[in-house]
Amino acid sequence: MYAIEVKNISKNYLSEKSGKFIGLGGSPITNDGNKVHEPGVNFNVNRGEIFGLIGPDGAGKTTLFRILTTLILADSGSATVDGFDVVTDYKEIRKRVGYMPGKFSLYQDLTVEENLNFFATVFNTTIEENYELIKDIYQQIEPFKNRRAGKLSGGMKQKLALSCALIHKPSVLFLDEPTTGVDPVSRKEFWGMLKSLKAQGITILVSTPYMDEASLCDRIALIQNGQLLKIDTPKNIVSQYENKLWAVQSDNMYQLLIDLRNNELTSNCFAFGDKHHVSVQSGKLTVDSLNNYLQLKEHTQIEIREIEPTIEDCFMQLSQK
Amino acid sequence: MEKTTQHKTNKVIIAENLTKKFGTFTAVDNISFEVERGEIFGFLGANGAGKTTAMRMLCGLSTPTAGKGLVAGFDIGTQTEHVKKNIGYMSQKFSLYDDLKVWENIELFGGIYGMKDHEIKDKTDELMRVLDFESERNKLVGSLPLGFKQKLAFSVSIFHNPQVVFLDEPTGGVDPITRRQFWELIYDASSRGITVFVTTHYMDEAEYCNRVSVMVDGKIEALDSPKNLKNQFNANSMDEVFQQLARKAKRVDS
Repeated sequence: MYAIEVKNISKNYLSEKSGKFIGLGGSPITNDGNKVHEPGVNFNVNRGEIFGLIGPDGAGKTTLFRILTTLILADSGSATVDGFDVVTDYKEIRKRVGYMPGKFSLYQDLTVEENLNFFATVFNTTIEENYELIKDIYQQIEPFKNRRAGKLSGGMKQKLALSCALIHKPSVLFLDEPTTGVDPVSRKEFWGMLKSLKAQGITILVSTPYMDEASLCDRIALIQNGQLLKIDTPKNIVSQYENKLWAVQSDNMYQLLIDLRNNELTSNCFAFGDKHHVSVQSGKLTVDSLNNYLQLKEHTQIEIREIEPTIEDCFMQLSQK
Repeated sequence: MEKTTQHKTNKVIIAENLTKKFGTFTAVDNISFEVERGEIFGFLGANGAGKTTAMRMLCGLSTPTAGKGLVAGFDIGTQTEHVKKNIGYMSQKFSLYDDLKVWENIELFGGIYGMKDHEIKDKTDELMRVLDFESERNKLVGSLPLGFKQKLAFSVSIFHNPQVVFLDEPTGGVDPITRRQFWELIYDASSRGITVFVTTHYMDEAEYCNRVSVMVDGKIEALDSPKNLKNQFNANSMDEVFQQLARKAKRVDS
Protein backbone atom coordinates (compact mmCIF):
# COMPACT_ATOMS: atom_id res chain seq x y z
CA MET A 1 0.00 0.00 0.00
CA TYR A 2 1.24 3.44 -0.89
CA ALA A 3 1.43 6.19 1.73
CA ILE A 4 -0.16 8.58 -0.78
CA GLU A 5 -1.96 7.67 -3.98
CA VAL A 6 -3.12 10.37 -6.39
CA LYS A 7 -5.26 9.43 -9.43
CA ASN A 8 -6.41 11.87 -12.11
CA ILE A 9 -6.76 14.71 -9.63
CA SER A 10 -7.70 18.13 -10.96
CA LYS A 11 -8.86 21.30 -9.27
CA ASN A 12 -9.40 24.55 -11.11
CA TYR A 13 -10.53 28.01 -10.21
CA LEU A 14 -11.89 30.56 -12.62
CA SER A 15 -9.70 33.57 -11.99
CA GLU A 16 -11.87 36.67 -11.77
CA LYS A 17 -8.99 38.84 -12.79
CA SER A 18 -7.85 37.02 -15.92
CA GLY A 19 -11.04 35.10 -16.79
CA LYS A 20 -8.93 31.95 -17.23
CA PHE A 21 -8.92 28.68 -15.34
CA ILE A 22 -5.96 28.26 -13.05
CA GLY A 23 -5.04 25.42 -10.74
CA LEU A 24 -4.07 21.80 -10.95
CA GLY A 25 -4.34 19.04 -13.53
CA GLY A 26 -5.26 21.13 -16.54
CA SER A 27 -8.05 23.50 -17.43
CA PRO A 28 -11.49 21.91 -17.93
CA ILE A 29 -12.37 24.47 -20.59
CA THR A 30 -10.14 25.61 -23.42
CA ASN A 31 -9.69 29.26 -24.28
CA ASP A 32 -12.34 29.03 -27.02
CA GLY A 33 -14.86 27.70 -24.50
CA ASN A 34 -14.86 23.98 -25.35
CA LYS A 35 -14.99 21.39 -22.59
CA VAL A 36 -12.07 19.00 -22.60
CA HIS A 37 -11.26 15.89 -20.66
CA GLU A 38 -8.04 16.35 -18.74
CA PRO A 39 -6.12 13.40 -17.34
CA GLY A 40 -5.30 15.32 -14.18
CA VAL A 41 -2.34 14.67 -11.90
CA ASN A 42 -1.11 11.16 -11.07
CA PHE A 43 1.58 9.96 -8.67
CA ASN A 44 2.22 7.69 -5.70
CA VAL A 45 4.40 8.14 -2.63
CA ASN A 46 5.96 5.04 -1.05
CA ARG A 47 6.00 4.48 2.69
CA GLY A 48 8.97 6.00 4.46
CA GLU A 49 9.91 8.08 1.43
CA ILE A 50 10.84 11.77 1.22
CA PHE A 51 8.93 12.87 -1.88
CA GLY A 52 9.59 16.36 -3.20
CA LEU A 53 7.16 18.47 -5.18
CA ILE A 54 9.38 20.92 -6.99
CA GLY A 55 8.24 23.96 -8.92
CA PRO A 56 7.71 27.73 -8.88
CA ASP A 57 4.91 29.74 -7.26
CA GLY A 58 1.57 29.19 -8.95
CA ALA A 59 2.44 25.66 -10.11
CA GLY A 60 -0.37 24.08 -8.04
CA LYS A 61 1.66 22.72 -5.11
CA THR A 62 -0.48 24.21 -2.35
CA THR A 63 -3.73 23.16 -4.05
CA LEU A 64 -2.48 19.58 -4.08
CA PHE A 65 -1.53 19.77 -0.39
CA ARG A 66 -4.98 21.07 0.52
CA ILE A 67 -6.71 18.25 -1.34
CA LEU A 68 -4.54 15.62 0.32
CA THR A 69 -4.98 17.08 3.80
CA THR A 70 -8.78 17.04 3.20
CA LEU A 71 -9.18 20.82 3.35
CA ILE A 72 -10.67 21.22 -0.14
CA LEU A 73 -12.35 18.88 -2.61
CA ALA A 74 -10.91 18.07 -6.02
CA ASP A 75 -13.00 18.65 -9.17
CA SER A 76 -12.18 15.18 -10.43
CA GLY A 77 -10.09 12.14 -9.61
CA SER A 78 -9.42 10.38 -6.35
CA ALA A 79 -6.67 10.21 -3.73
CA THR A 80 -5.79 8.21 -0.64
CA VAL A 81 -3.52 9.00 2.28
CA ASP A 82 -2.34 6.14 4.47
CA GLY A 83 -4.92 3.98 2.68
CA PHE A 84 -7.88 6.25 3.43
CA ASP A 85 -9.93 8.10 0.85
CA VAL A 86 -9.58 11.89 1.05
CA VAL A 87 -13.35 12.38 0.63
CA THR A 88 -15.09 9.55 2.48
CA ASP A 89 -12.49 8.90 5.20
CA TYR A 90 -11.38 12.45 5.81
CA LYS A 91 -11.72 12.14 9.60
CA GLU A 92 -9.28 9.21 9.69
CA ILE A 93 -6.81 11.12 7.58
CA ARG A 94 -6.93 14.17 9.81
CA LYS A 95 -5.92 12.00 12.80
CA ARG A 96 -2.95 10.57 10.97
CA VAL A 97 -1.30 13.40 9.10
CA GLY A 98 0.83 16.33 10.14
CA TYR A 99 0.54 19.50 8.06
CA MET A 100 2.78 22.52 8.04
CA PRO A 101 1.23 25.14 5.73
CA GLY A 102 3.39 27.58 3.81
CA LYS A 103 2.01 30.47 5.82
CA PHE A 104 2.79 30.51 9.56
CA SER A 105 -0.46 29.32 11.10
CA LEU A 106 0.13 28.90 14.84
CA TYR A 107 -1.44 31.11 17.49
CA GLN A 108 0.71 34.24 17.61
CA ASP A 109 -0.49 35.25 21.08
CA LEU A 110 0.09 31.88 22.71
CA THR A 111 3.57 31.02 23.95
CA VAL A 112 5.77 28.39 22.34
CA GLU A 113 4.85 25.83 24.98
CA GLU A 114 1.13 26.72 24.93
CA ASN A 115 1.00 26.21 21.15
CA LEU A 116 2.63 22.82 21.41
CA ASN A 117 0.38 21.85 24.31
CA PHE A 118 -2.69 22.95 22.39
CA PHE A 119 -1.90 20.78 19.37
CA ALA A 120 -1.05 17.80 21.59
CA THR A 121 -4.39 18.16 23.40
CA VAL A 122 -6.40 18.49 20.19
CA PHE A 123 -4.97 15.14 19.11
CA ASN A 124 -5.62 13.49 22.51
CA THR A 125 -1.98 13.18 23.41
CA THR A 126 0.63 14.96 25.53
CA ILE A 127 3.98 16.56 24.86
CA GLU A 128 5.61 13.90 27.05
CA GLU A 129 4.13 10.96 25.13
CA ASN A 130 5.82 11.82 21.83
CA TYR A 131 8.65 13.99 23.12
CA GLU A 132 11.25 11.61 21.69
CA LEU A 133 10.06 12.37 18.14
CA ILE A 134 10.37 16.14 18.40
CA LYS A 135 13.23 16.28 20.92
CA ASP A 136 16.02 17.25 18.50
CA ILE A 137 13.93 20.04 16.98
CA TYR A 138 12.09 21.30 20.03
CA GLN A 139 15.20 21.46 22.23
CA GLN A 140 16.51 24.24 19.99
CA ILE A 141 13.55 26.47 20.87
CA GLU A 142 12.88 25.19 24.41
CA PRO A 143 14.91 28.04 25.98
CA PHE A 144 12.20 30.36 24.60
CA LYS A 145 9.18 28.28 25.60
CA ASN A 146 7.59 31.19 27.45
CA ARG A 147 7.90 33.57 24.52
CA ARG A 148 4.83 34.31 22.41
CA ALA A 149 4.96 32.61 19.02
CA GLY A 150 4.40 35.94 17.24
CA LYS A 151 7.66 37.25 18.75
CA LEU A 152 9.84 34.46 17.39
CA SER A 153 12.27 34.85 14.50
CA GLY A 154 11.51 33.13 11.19
CA GLY A 155 13.81 30.20 11.90
CA MET A 156 12.33 29.58 15.35
CA LYS A 157 8.75 29.82 14.04
CA GLN A 158 9.61 27.19 11.49
CA LYS A 159 10.94 24.83 14.18
CA LEU A 160 7.88 25.38 16.37
CA ALA A 161 5.52 24.76 13.44
CA LEU A 162 7.33 21.52 12.64
CA SER A 163 7.17 20.44 16.30
CA CYS A 164 3.41 21.13 16.37
CA ALA A 165 2.89 19.19 13.13
CA LEU A 166 4.69 16.20 14.65
CA ILE A 167 3.38 16.13 18.21
CA HIS A 168 0.68 13.50 17.49
CA LYS A 169 3.20 11.23 15.75
CA PRO A 170 1.69 11.39 12.26
CA SER A 171 2.35 8.64 9.73
CA VAL A 172 2.49 11.12 6.84
CA LEU A 173 3.91 14.62 7.11
CA PHE A 174 2.94 17.38 4.65
CA LEU A 175 5.35 20.30 4.47
CA ASP A 176 4.33 23.11 2.13
CA GLU A 177 7.40 25.19 1.23
CA PRO A 178 9.03 24.93 4.66
CA THR A 179 12.26 26.53 3.44
CA THR A 180 10.98 29.42 1.33
CA GLY A 181 12.74 32.66 2.26
CA VAL A 182 15.05 30.75 4.59
CA ASP A 183 18.81 31.31 4.22
CA PRO A 184 21.02 28.52 2.82
CA VAL A 185 22.49 27.52 6.20
CA SER A 186 19.12 27.15 7.94
CA ARG A 187 17.79 25.33 4.88
CA LYS A 188 20.54 22.74 5.16
CA GLU A 189 19.78 22.25 8.86
CA PHE A 190 16.08 21.82 8.10
CA TRP A 191 16.76 19.06 5.59
CA GLY A 192 18.93 17.36 8.21
CA MET A 193 15.88 17.28 10.49
CA LEU A 194 13.74 15.74 7.72
CA LYS A 195 16.30 12.99 7.23
CA SER A 196 16.11 11.99 10.88
CA LEU A 197 12.29 12.01 10.75
CA LYS A 198 12.43 9.71 7.75
CA ALA A 199 14.70 7.40 9.76
CA GLN A 200 11.87 7.18 12.29
CA GLY A 201 9.54 5.84 9.60
CA ILE A 202 7.58 8.98 8.75
CA THR A 203 6.59 9.52 5.12
CA ILE A 204 7.22 13.10 4.01
CA LEU A 205 5.68 15.01 1.12
CA VAL A 206 7.53 18.31 0.87
CA SER A 207 7.28 21.13 -1.66
CA THR A 208 9.96 23.66 -2.54
CA PRO A 209 10.78 26.24 -5.18
CA TYR A 210 14.53 25.64 -4.59
CA MET A 211 15.74 23.21 -7.24
CA ASP A 212 18.96 22.47 -5.35
CA GLU A 213 16.91 20.76 -2.62
CA ALA A 214 15.72 18.11 -5.10
CA SER A 215 18.79 15.94 -4.55
CA LEU A 216 17.85 15.59 -0.87
CA CYS A 217 14.60 13.77 -1.76
CA ASP A 218 14.23 10.07 -2.55
CA ARG A 219 11.94 10.88 -5.47
CA ILE A 220 10.64 14.10 -6.90
CA ALA A 221 7.88 15.40 -9.13
CA LEU A 222 8.68 18.50 -11.18
CA ILE A 223 5.55 20.64 -11.41
CA GLN A 224 4.65 23.71 -13.47
CA ASN A 225 1.35 25.31 -14.49
CA GLY A 226 -0.66 22.59 -12.76
CA GLN A 227 1.03 19.71 -14.61
CA LEU A 228 3.67 17.23 -13.50
CA LEU A 229 6.57 17.43 -15.94
CA LYS A 230 8.36 14.34 -14.60
CA ILE A 231 8.31 11.90 -11.64
CA ASP A 232 11.44 9.94 -10.79
CA THR A 233 14.52 9.81 -8.57
CA PRO A 234 16.71 12.90 -8.94
CA LYS A 235 19.45 10.67 -10.35
CA ASN A 236 17.23 9.20 -13.08
CA ILE A 237 15.90 12.59 -14.07
CA VAL A 238 19.44 13.88 -14.51
CA SER A 239 20.44 10.82 -16.55
CA GLN A 240 17.48 11.37 -18.89
CA TYR A 241 18.61 14.89 -19.87
CA GLU A 242 18.32 14.89 -23.62
CA ASN A 243 21.29 16.89 -24.84
CA LYS A 244 24.90 17.32 -23.92
CA LEU A 245 25.50 20.11 -21.45
CA TRP A 246 28.57 22.30 -21.43
CA ALA A 247 29.68 24.86 -18.86
CA VAL A 248 31.27 27.82 -20.63
CA GLN A 249 33.29 30.75 -19.29
CA SER A 250 35.13 33.69 -20.81
CA ASP A 251 36.40 37.12 -19.83
CA ASN A 252 33.10 38.80 -20.84
CA MET A 253 30.21 36.80 -19.47
CA TYR A 254 27.36 39.05 -20.62
CA GLN A 255 28.58 39.18 -24.23
CA LEU A 256 29.26 35.44 -24.01
CA LEU A 257 25.60 34.78 -23.23
CA ILE A 258 24.52 36.74 -26.31
CA ASP A 259 27.11 35.09 -28.58
CA LEU A 260 26.24 31.59 -27.37
CA ARG A 261 22.57 32.21 -28.02
CA ASN A 262 23.30 33.56 -31.49
CA ASN A 263 25.16 30.39 -32.42
CA GLU A 264 22.69 28.35 -34.47
CA LEU A 265 24.06 25.02 -33.28
CA THR A 266 23.31 25.54 -29.57
CA SER A 267 19.85 24.53 -28.29
CA ASN A 268 19.67 26.96 -25.44
CA CYS A 269 21.89 28.83 -23.04
CA PHE A 270 21.36 30.13 -19.50
CA ALA A 271 23.51 31.82 -16.88
CA PHE A 272 24.38 29.45 -14.04
CA GLY A 273 26.35 31.03 -11.26
CA ASP A 274 29.81 31.94 -12.56
CA LYS A 275 29.35 29.91 -15.78
CA HIS A 276 26.85 29.64 -18.61
CA HIS A 277 25.20 26.29 -19.30
CA VAL A 278 24.86 25.54 -22.98
CA SER A 279 22.73 22.69 -24.19
CA VAL A 280 23.93 21.09 -27.44
CA GLN A 281 22.39 18.26 -29.43
CA SER A 282 24.77 15.30 -29.69
CA GLY A 283 27.01 15.46 -32.72
CA LYS A 284 25.98 18.94 -33.79
CA LEU A 285 28.87 20.86 -32.32
CA THR A 286 32.26 19.97 -30.87
CA VAL A 287 34.05 21.69 -28.02
CA ASP A 288 36.79 22.73 -30.45
CA SER A 289 34.43 24.28 -32.98
CA LEU A 290 32.61 26.22 -30.27
CA ASN A 291 35.96 27.39 -28.95
CA ASN A 292 36.91 28.63 -32.44
CA TYR A 293 33.57 30.39 -32.81
CA LEU A 294 34.06 32.21 -29.50
CA GLN A 295 37.62 33.19 -30.41
CA LEU A 296 36.30 34.75 -33.62
CA LYS A 297 33.92 36.73 -31.42
CA GLU A 298 37.01 38.01 -29.58
CA HIS A 299 36.48 36.19 -26.31
CA THR A 300 39.56 35.34 -24.26
CA GLN A 301 40.17 32.97 -21.36
CA ILE A 302 37.57 30.63 -22.86
CA GLU A 303 36.84 27.48 -20.90
CA ILE A 304 34.39 24.82 -22.08
CA ARG A 305 33.70 21.68 -20.07
CA GLU A 306 31.11 18.95 -20.42
CA ILE A 307 29.16 18.66 -17.17
CA GLU A 308 26.39 16.64 -15.58
CA PRO A 309 23.10 18.59 -15.60
CA THR A 310 21.52 19.77 -12.36
CA ILE A 311 17.82 19.33 -11.62
CA GLU A 312 17.40 22.98 -12.55
CA ASP A 313 18.82 22.30 -16.04
CA CYS A 314 16.38 19.40 -16.37
CA PHE A 315 13.46 21.51 -15.17
CA MET A 316 14.24 24.22 -17.72
CA GLN A 317 14.51 21.69 -20.55
CA LEU A 318 11.25 19.95 -19.59
CA SER A 319 9.34 23.19 -19.06
CA GLN A 320 10.25 24.45 -22.53
CA LYS A 321 8.73 21.44 -24.29
CA MET B 1 17.49 69.53 -5.32
CA GLU B 2 20.19 70.75 -2.96
CA LYS B 3 23.12 70.71 -5.33
CA THR B 4 25.52 71.85 -2.64
CA THR B 5 25.37 68.56 -0.80
CA GLN B 6 25.64 66.41 -3.91
CA HIS B 7 29.03 64.77 -4.00
CA LYS B 8 30.83 64.75 -7.30
CA THR B 9 31.95 61.20 -6.88
CA ASN B 10 31.38 57.81 -8.42
CA LYS B 11 30.45 56.34 -5.06
CA VAL B 12 26.68 56.02 -5.07
CA ILE B 13 26.43 54.40 -1.64
CA ILE B 14 28.78 55.22 1.23
CA ALA B 15 28.23 53.67 4.66
CA GLU B 16 30.53 54.72 7.48
CA ASN B 17 30.28 52.91 10.82
CA LEU B 18 26.55 52.57 10.29
CA THR B 19 24.84 51.22 13.42
CA LYS B 20 21.25 50.55 14.46
CA LYS B 21 20.23 49.53 17.96
CA PHE B 22 16.80 48.50 19.19
CA GLY B 23 17.06 48.84 22.97
CA THR B 24 19.98 46.64 23.97
CA PHE B 25 19.92 44.71 20.70
CA THR B 26 22.40 45.82 18.03
CA ALA B 27 20.77 44.85 14.74
CA VAL B 28 23.42 46.51 12.55
CA ASP B 29 26.83 46.76 14.14
CA ASN B 30 29.21 49.38 12.78
CA ILE B 31 29.24 48.52 9.08
CA SER B 32 31.28 50.42 6.48
CA PHE B 33 31.36 49.94 2.72
CA GLU B 34 31.12 51.80 -0.59
CA VAL B 35 29.32 50.96 -3.81
CA GLU B 36 30.36 52.35 -7.20
CA ARG B 37 28.07 53.74 -9.88
CA GLY B 38 26.67 50.96 -12.09
CA GLU B 39 27.88 48.24 -9.78
CA ILE B 40 25.76 45.16 -9.00
CA PHE B 41 26.27 44.74 -5.27
CA GLY B 42 25.03 41.56 -3.58
CA PHE B 43 24.03 41.97 0.06
CA LEU B 44 23.96 38.52 1.63
CA GLY B 45 23.41 37.20 5.13
CA ALA B 46 21.44 34.63 7.11
CA ASN B 47 17.90 35.41 8.31
CA GLY B 48 18.23 37.81 11.22
CA ALA B 49 21.76 38.96 10.31
CA GLY B 50 20.59 42.57 9.92
CA LYS B 51 20.20 42.92 6.13
CA THR B 52 16.69 44.34 6.17
CA THR B 53 17.51 46.85 8.91
CA ALA B 54 20.60 48.02 7.01
CA MET B 55 18.62 48.33 3.80
CA ARG B 56 15.86 50.32 5.52
CA MET B 57 18.47 52.80 6.76
CA LEU B 58 19.98 53.14 3.28
CA CYS B 59 16.52 53.83 1.84
CA GLY B 60 15.92 56.64 4.34
CA LEU B 61 13.19 54.71 6.17
CA SER B 62 15.01 54.21 9.48
CA THR B 63 17.37 56.61 11.24
CA PRO B 64 20.80 55.24 12.17
CA THR B 65 21.64 55.11 15.89
CA ALA B 66 25.25 55.95 15.01
CA GLY B 67 27.45 56.33 11.98
CA LYS B 68 26.78 57.96 8.66
CA GLY B 69 25.55 57.09 5.23
CA LEU B 70 25.31 58.81 1.85
CA VAL B 71 23.05 57.45 -0.87
CA ALA B 72 23.02 59.17 -4.27
CA GLY B 73 24.92 61.97 -2.55
CA PHE B 74 22.37 62.59 0.20
CA ASP B 75 22.66 62.01 3.92
CA ILE B 76 20.44 59.10 5.02
CA GLY B 77 20.06 60.64 8.48
CA THR B 78 19.07 64.20 7.55
CA GLN B 79 18.03 64.24 3.86
CA THR B 80 15.71 61.24 3.76
CA GLU B 81 13.25 62.77 1.28
CA HIS B 82 16.07 63.46 -1.21
CA VAL B 83 17.32 59.92 -0.73
CA LYS B 84 13.86 58.53 -1.49
CA LYS B 85 13.52 60.60 -4.69
CA ASN B 86 16.77 59.24 -6.06
CA ILE B 87 16.34 55.55 -5.41
CA GLY B 88 14.09 52.77 -6.60
CA TYR B 89 12.86 49.90 -4.46
CA MET B 90 11.36 46.52 -5.13
CA SER B 91 10.78 43.47 -2.98
CA GLN B 92 9.21 40.07 -3.39
CA LYS B 93 6.48 40.98 -0.93
CA PHE B 94 5.46 44.36 -2.25
CA SER B 95 5.80 45.31 -5.85
CA LEU B 96 2.72 46.58 -7.68
CA TYR B 97 -1.00 47.08 -7.10
CA ASP B 98 -2.88 43.95 -8.19
CA ASP B 99 -6.14 45.75 -8.89
CA LEU B 100 -4.65 48.41 -11.11
CA LYS B 101 -3.91 47.78 -14.78
CA VAL B 102 -0.36 47.54 -16.05
CA TRP B 103 -0.36 51.07 -17.48
CA GLU B 104 -2.11 52.45 -14.38
CA ASN B 105 0.61 51.10 -12.12
CA ILE B 106 3.27 52.69 -14.30
CA GLU B 107 1.44 56.01 -14.36
CA LEU B 108 0.95 55.95 -10.59
CA PHE B 109 4.61 55.31 -9.80
CA GLY B 110 5.85 57.70 -12.49
CA GLY B 111 3.55 60.37 -11.06
CA ILE B 112 4.69 59.78 -7.48
CA TYR B 113 8.27 60.35 -8.60
CA GLY B 114 7.26 63.61 -10.29
CA MET B 115 7.65 62.57 -13.91
CA LYS B 116 5.80 64.60 -16.54
CA ASP B 117 2.79 63.12 -18.35
CA HIS B 118 4.36 63.00 -21.81
CA GLU B 119 7.51 61.52 -20.35
CA ILE B 120 5.48 58.79 -18.67
CA LYS B 121 3.60 58.10 -21.88
CA ASP B 122 6.70 57.84 -24.08
CA LYS B 123 8.57 55.68 -21.60
CA THR B 124 5.54 53.41 -21.11
CA ASP B 125 5.37 52.78 -24.86
CA GLU B 126 9.06 51.97 -24.92
CA LEU B 127 8.84 49.70 -21.88
CA MET B 128 5.91 47.72 -23.32
CA ARG B 129 7.94 47.17 -26.47
CA VAL B 130 11.13 46.12 -24.69
CA LEU B 131 9.30 43.70 -22.37
CA ASP B 132 7.12 42.46 -25.25
CA PHE B 133 4.15 43.44 -23.09
CA GLU B 134 1.87 45.27 -25.58
CA SER B 135 -0.98 42.79 -25.21
CA GLU B 136 -0.78 42.99 -21.40
CA ARG B 137 -0.96 46.77 -21.22
CA ASN B 138 -4.65 46.93 -20.28
CA LYS B 139 -4.68 43.89 -18.01
CA LEU B 140 -4.91 43.98 -14.24
CA VAL B 141 -1.54 43.27 -12.68
CA GLY B 142 -3.20 40.64 -10.45
CA SER B 143 -4.01 38.53 -13.52
CA LEU B 144 -0.36 38.28 -14.64
CA PRO B 145 1.82 35.26 -13.83
CA LEU B 146 4.30 35.91 -10.99
CA GLY B 147 7.30 35.98 -13.32
CA PHE B 148 5.74 38.68 -15.53
CA LYS B 149 4.79 40.66 -12.46
CA GLN B 150 8.32 40.61 -11.05
CA LYS B 151 9.85 41.72 -14.36
CA LEU B 152 7.32 44.53 -14.58
CA ALA B 153 7.87 45.49 -10.93
CA PHE B 154 11.61 45.80 -11.54
CA SER B 155 11.06 47.91 -14.64
CA VAL B 156 8.70 50.18 -12.70
CA SER B 157 11.21 50.51 -9.83
CA ILE B 158 13.74 51.99 -12.26
CA PHE B 159 11.18 53.84 -14.41
CA HIS B 160 12.13 57.25 -12.95
CA ASN B 161 15.76 56.50 -13.74
CA PRO B 162 17.03 56.46 -10.13
CA GLN B 163 20.74 56.44 -9.33
CA VAL B 164 20.39 53.27 -7.32
CA VAL B 165 17.77 50.53 -7.02
CA PHE B 166 17.32 48.36 -3.92
CA LEU B 167 16.04 44.84 -4.59
CA ASP B 168 14.98 42.75 -1.59
CA GLU B 169 14.81 39.07 -2.59
CA PRO B 170 13.33 39.96 -5.97
CA THR B 171 13.30 36.44 -7.42
CA GLY B 172 11.84 34.34 -4.57
CA GLY B 173 9.52 31.62 -5.87
CA VAL B 174 10.02 32.57 -9.52
CA ASP B 175 10.58 29.76 -12.05
CA PRO B 176 14.18 29.15 -13.18
CA ILE B 177 13.86 30.57 -16.68
CA THR B 178 12.13 33.78 -15.57
CA ARG B 179 14.67 34.12 -12.74
CA ARG B 180 17.42 34.25 -15.35
CA GLN B 181 15.51 36.69 -17.58
CA PHE B 182 15.11 38.86 -14.50
CA TRP B 183 18.88 38.95 -14.02
CA GLU B 184 19.32 39.97 -17.65
CA LEU B 185 17.17 43.01 -16.88
CA ILE B 186 19.45 43.75 -13.91
CA TYR B 187 22.54 43.55 -16.16
CA ASP B 188 20.90 45.89 -18.61
CA ALA B 189 20.06 48.45 -15.90
CA SER B 190 23.60 48.29 -14.57
CA SER B 191 25.05 48.81 -18.06
CA ARG B 192 23.00 52.03 -18.22
CA GLY B 193 24.68 53.25 -15.03
CA ILE B 194 22.03 52.33 -12.47
CA THR B 195 23.58 50.92 -9.31
CA VAL B 196 21.93 47.69 -8.15
CA PHE B 197 21.87 46.72 -4.47
CA VAL B 198 20.34 43.25 -4.17
CA THR B 199 19.64 40.62 -1.49
CA THR B 200 19.01 37.00 -2.40
CA HIS B 201 18.93 33.51 -0.92
CA TYR B 202 19.90 31.95 -4.26
CA MET B 203 23.65 31.50 -4.12
CA ASP B 204 24.01 31.12 -7.88
CA GLU B 205 22.70 34.70 -8.10
CA ALA B 206 25.46 35.85 -5.78
CA GLU B 207 27.86 34.82 -8.55
CA TYR B 208 26.20 37.31 -10.94
CA CYS B 209 27.17 40.28 -8.72
CA ASN B 210 30.27 42.39 -9.24
CA ARG B 211 30.91 42.35 -5.50
CA VAL B 212 29.24 40.60 -2.60
CA SER B 213 29.12 41.33 1.12
CA VAL B 214 28.14 38.74 3.72
CA MET B 215 26.61 39.93 6.99
CA VAL B 216 26.89 37.82 10.13
CA ASP B 217 25.35 38.96 13.43
CA GLY B 218 25.04 42.60 12.32
CA LYS B 219 28.60 42.90 10.99
CA ILE B 220 30.01 42.62 7.49
CA GLU B 221 32.26 39.58 7.71
CA ALA B 222 33.40 39.50 4.10
CA LEU B 223 33.28 41.79 1.08
CA ASP B 224 34.85 41.19 -2.31
CA SER B 225 34.18 39.91 -5.81
CA PRO B 226 32.72 36.37 -5.92
CA LYS B 227 35.97 35.18 -7.49
CA ASN B 228 38.16 36.62 -4.74
CA LEU B 229 35.85 35.38 -2.00
CA LYS B 230 35.99 31.86 -3.40
CA ASN B 231 39.80 32.05 -3.44
CA GLN B 232 39.95 33.52 0.04
CA PHE B 233 37.73 30.80 1.53
CA ASN B 234 39.15 28.06 -0.66
CA ALA B 235 35.64 27.29 -1.91
CA ASN B 236 34.20 26.11 -5.23
CA SER B 237 31.01 28.14 -5.03
CA MET B 238 29.47 31.11 -3.25
CA ASP B 239 27.24 28.61 -1.43
CA GLU B 240 30.34 27.16 0.27
CA VAL B 241 31.60 30.65 1.12
CA PHE B 242 28.23 31.50 2.64
CA GLN B 243 28.04 28.26 4.61
CA GLN B 244 31.49 28.83 6.11
CA LEU B 245 30.69 32.39 7.16
CA ALA B 246 27.11 32.04 8.32
CA ARG B 247 27.85 29.03 10.52
CA LYS B 248 29.84 31.39 12.72
CA ALA B 249 26.64 33.22 13.66
CA LYS B 250 25.98 33.26 17.40
CA ARG B 251 22.60 34.96 17.36
CA VAL B 252 19.78 32.54 18.18
CA ASP B 253 17.78 34.55 15.70
CA SER B 254 19.27 32.79 12.70
